[in-house]
Amino acid sequence: MSTERKFQAPPSLAPYVGPWDKEVVKHLLRRTMFGAKKDDILYFTGLGLNGSIDQLLDTSLPMPAPPVKEYAVGNALMPDTLIGPGETWVNDPNNDGTIASYRRSSFKKWWVGNLINQDRTVREKMCIFWHNHFSTESNDVSNGQYVYKHHNLIRSSALGNIKSLTRAMSIDPAMLVYLNGQNNNKAVPDENYSREIQELFVIGKGPNADFSESDVKEAAKLLTGWRINATKIEAFFDSNRHDTTNKQFSSFYGNKVIAGRTGATAGDLELTDLINMLFANDEAALFLCRKLYIWFIYYKITPEVEAGVIAPLAKLLRDSNYEVKPVLKALLSSDHFYDMMNRGCQIKSPVDMMIGLLREFEVKFPAPDMYTTSYGVWNQMLSYFTNLQQNLGDPPDVSGWKAYYQQPGFYEYWVNSDTLPKRIQYLEALVTSGYTVSGFKVVVDGVNYVRKMPAPRDPNKLIDELADHVLGINISAQHKAQLKRDILLSGQSDDLYWATAWDLYISTPSNAANTKYVTTAITNLIKYMVGLPEYQLC
Amino acid sequence: MNRRKFLNGYLPAGVMIPSFVNGMGFKAFESGHTFLNNMLLPGGDNDRVFVVIQLNGGNDGLNTVIPLDQFSKYQNARKNIFIEESKVLRLNGVDNVGLHPAMTGMQQLYNDGKLHVVQSVGYPQPNFSHFRATDIWMSASDSRQVLNTGWLGRFLDEMYPGFPIGYPNSNMTDPLAIQIGSVTSLTLQGAAQPLGMSISNPNSFYSFVNNQIDPAPNSYAGKELNYIREMSKQTQKFGEVIKTANGKVTTQSPYPTSNSLADQLKIVARLIKGGLKTKIYMVNYGGFDTHANQTVVADTSIGSHATLLGNVSNAIKAFMDDLKFQGIEERVVGMTYSEFGRRVLSNGSNGTDHGAAAPLFVFGAMVQAGVSGTNPILPMNPTVGDNVPYQYDFRSVYASILSNWLCVNDTTLNNVMLKNFQKLPLTKLGTCSILNPVGNPDQLIVAYPNPFHKKVTIQFKSAGGHTMIQVMDSSGRLVKILIDANFEAGTFRVDFDGEHLPAGLYYIRLQNQVIQQVKSVIKI
Repeated sequence: MSTERKFQAPPSLAPYVGPWDKEVVKHLLRRTMFGAKKDDILYFTGLGLNGSIDQLLDTSLPMPAPPVKEYAVGNALMPDTLIGPGETWVNDPNNDGTIASYRRSSFKKWWVGNLINQDRTVREKMCIFWHNHFSTESNDVSNGQYVYKHHNLIRSSALGNIKSLTRAMSIDPAMLVYLNGQNNNKAVPDENYSREIQELFVIGKGPNADFSESDVKEAAKLLTGWRINATKIEAFFDSNRHDTTNKQFSSFYGNKVIAGRTGATAGDLELTDLINMLFANDEAALFLCRKLYIWFIYYKITPEVEAGVIAPLAKLLRDSNYEVKPVLKALLSSDHFYDMMNRGCQIKSPVDMMIGLLREFEVKFPAPDMYTTSYGVWNQMLSYFTNLQQNLGDPPDVSGWKAYYQQPGFYEYWVNSDTLPKRIQYLEALVTSGYTVSGFKVVVDGVNYVRKMPAPRDPNKLIDELADHVLGINISAQHKAQLKRDILLSGQSDDLYWATAWDLYISTPSNAANTKYVTTAITNLIKYMVGLPEYQLC
Repeated sequence: MNRRKFLNGYLPAGVMIPSFVNGMGFKAFESGHTFLNNMLLPGGDNDRVFVVIQLNGGNDGLNTVIPLDQFSKYQNARKNIFIEESKVLRLNGVDNVGLHPAMTGMQQLYNDGKLHVVQSVGYPQPNFSHFRATDIWMSASDSRQVLNTGWLGRFLDEMYPGFPIGYPNSNMTDPLAIQIGSVTSLTLQGAAQPLGMSISNPNSFYSFVNNQIDPAPNSYAGKELNYIREMSKQTQKFGEVIKTANGKVTTQSPYPTSNSLADQLKIVARLIKGGLKTKIYMVNYGGFDTHANQTVVADTSIGSHATLLGNVSNAIKAFMDDLKFQGIEERVVGMTYSEFGRRVLSNGSNGTDHGAAAPLFVFGAMVQAGVSGTNPILPMNPTVGDNVPYQYDFRSVYASILSNWLCVNDTTLNNVMLKNFQKLPLTKLGTCSILNPVGNPDQLIVAYPNPFHKKVTIQFKSAGGHTMIQVMDSSGRLVKILIDANFEAGTFRVDFDGEHLPAGLYYIRLQNQVIQQVKSVIKI
């Protein structure tokens, strides 16, 4: 019944030259941040394309202050008593399992706080991109300091150099725990990391990614000897555990031999050689660019997209010596990114959906000094994410979330008969009753949201404005007319009915019956809107 | 009543097919595409249920089903994690195979005649990546082939064409398949959409607002919008049905607590008993990626792997007990699988790395108890790359279930499995009326000289029909297919020129109808 879906223009990296209006800005912000706040839409509309992209890719903004001790030490055998309440624990070594679990939890809540309070850059989206790419599970890593250090590496390299990030990742304590690198020794090599660095982190599984099993074994030998200093929270190299033989790679890597080294510097030298070898292969850039495409645009990589977008993007990545920023700039500035075909076609991830809602409706959170309350309210978001299958900090496995790699459905894997009802229930809960932690209530204030609109007394404009702002695909005029009649006009047909109620609400909020009517109508309207399948898209 | 209702799945065990259809030889039925076989259309009219238990992470087969006939080699390969011989659980009437000590429930099932062990299940060119290997198992593809549909998705597509348009209807009032949990599995992916329904709480379903439906745009966004709408429609439609079925069962026999697999199977038993016509249930249980510390150093019979296997075994035993209690045990067959087994040689972290073939379990009151195949041949001096070569293609197991339990005909089977796979006697004779069981055959392969340097001659016996001879290396990779053709019954010879191969251990695999054997040869 449907004709072939077509791009407006053949996919390429040609820059976008169309109008810079609210529509394109919303699309850009939904993909690069979490939900588009009205102030942000206004701000970026004023910046123009280049200004907007430069702002989103600005890496000069300060890093957030680290997570703090917001937990009681309970029954911990070795409590971290030197750290006071509200002080950060990230520099305090502690090997107590109970403390570790509190710290992981503190870290995860803190992460939610960063998402809610994100600045006007792509950083938070990229943090989760890298978290998914270099997937580790905090539960498996266990030590909270390792977890934070790992996250900080991702955060500080969010728009950095993928080659140096991969190198750092290879001897990152959390990764050394997660993929057994710390146990990898010459007597019995452990192949876990050596396989994943090729298959999941650098080379991937594209049609031409043809590394062999012997490459996995050789790389495992090369990576022998790395261990963790649990006090300094850093890796060290134990040359006694290192395999000093030459490492012979397959024809996929040009039959490269990496010379075995001895002594204290062997690990570093061989690792550098390995990273150079991996990134010398064309597949490395292709693989990363495909993942970025799936992250920012859509999961369907047609042959035209591969040739017109992926290949030139990969060339750009190689030419810029694996700096990610120029690649993102080209992608986000391209006409292809703004092609109508690519708008509204992502099914929101649970994090995107929940954080997006909070930001779009500017939900209020506790003041920064109320840290225990803040961490408490952030914690509730984590359980929403987890129930919706995106346990932030603990992806399902080393491959990351299925939504970003699993054929044929990709993002569709977020939504099934179990998660779809939950998605809508959680959204509705935040719109209607909200939740309360330590006396602080987190809830959408719909009336306050509507009050900021240019023409809230006109029910048509109110609905237009709301639908335009939050829906991934807009609904029809007929659909809106029905909403107006059923919800705002309470079954009446005259628009004046709403205008009068609104005016009375503004002039005389003490009129309890009218205020209740207005408040309930707006709540119901927003609840309806976020319950639509169209809201699931961005 | 149509023909399939008449025939399908309702032949009492023991009815002799040849006398039923005048004068046709038994052999004709096995070869497929026959009159009788083609009357057995997709098994929609029977009340059989198939339960799939996915063990995520790659279960260590050698520490699950322990080769007692090569214990010293096993011990040598697993110096730090081997299970002590005295602790291995024995199976009635079996002297060469035992189970991990944590699997008392499965041992009991075996001894009660309700468990079948299939040895060394895998496929040529094993893949060692979790997600690729999982996709291979779920889609039933060849190693290098990418299929975007699942094997059970294709089965359901065949049985319920056009789903979801026009469903529920009088043929199918219920979800086609149910996945317990919040995930969607490739296994149930049909050509157009996922055919399974995911549920975590069968008692709570959300009632969606009946939204007005605007036409979806002809774009990617429209595609995704349709997907979400369809999902919401199905959830709505089938939610009530599930809730009702769930509510009908008030008593169940006990299940272990703190065992997520048991929790899932408990829901499955309730829904089957509650009257759902759903044919497929999928559950999963993770944590099998035991690279490190799979056993406790002081006592290798305990540790993380023991906990996992104990939970699997207890959960399945409780499920079987409950099915019996509910009076539905003859309607249910289940299977466990994992995306791969693990390496023959354990690693230095008291764990095992990603490997190739591994045993799997088929359970149910209608299962033919037994052990299919022999223990893997373990090398004397194992090296890090040594893998268990496959004896049975996993798709043979699938094909056997489809054909002999769900009673699909050969045409459908071919559409689902995409190729012809040998069928194994996993379920009782007569459940679908076809299969001819085969006793343990004699030594069918002789290879000489062995060890060999340049050329080895392989002498094999074929009982006639399709016969295949493959050569695999010690890590399970297919080196060559020497024979792949139809043969008359008899003894044959074929030469294999291995001059160009590196020295080491190789395996010759014979597959002839339902039989296969593996023989090791050494190249020097």
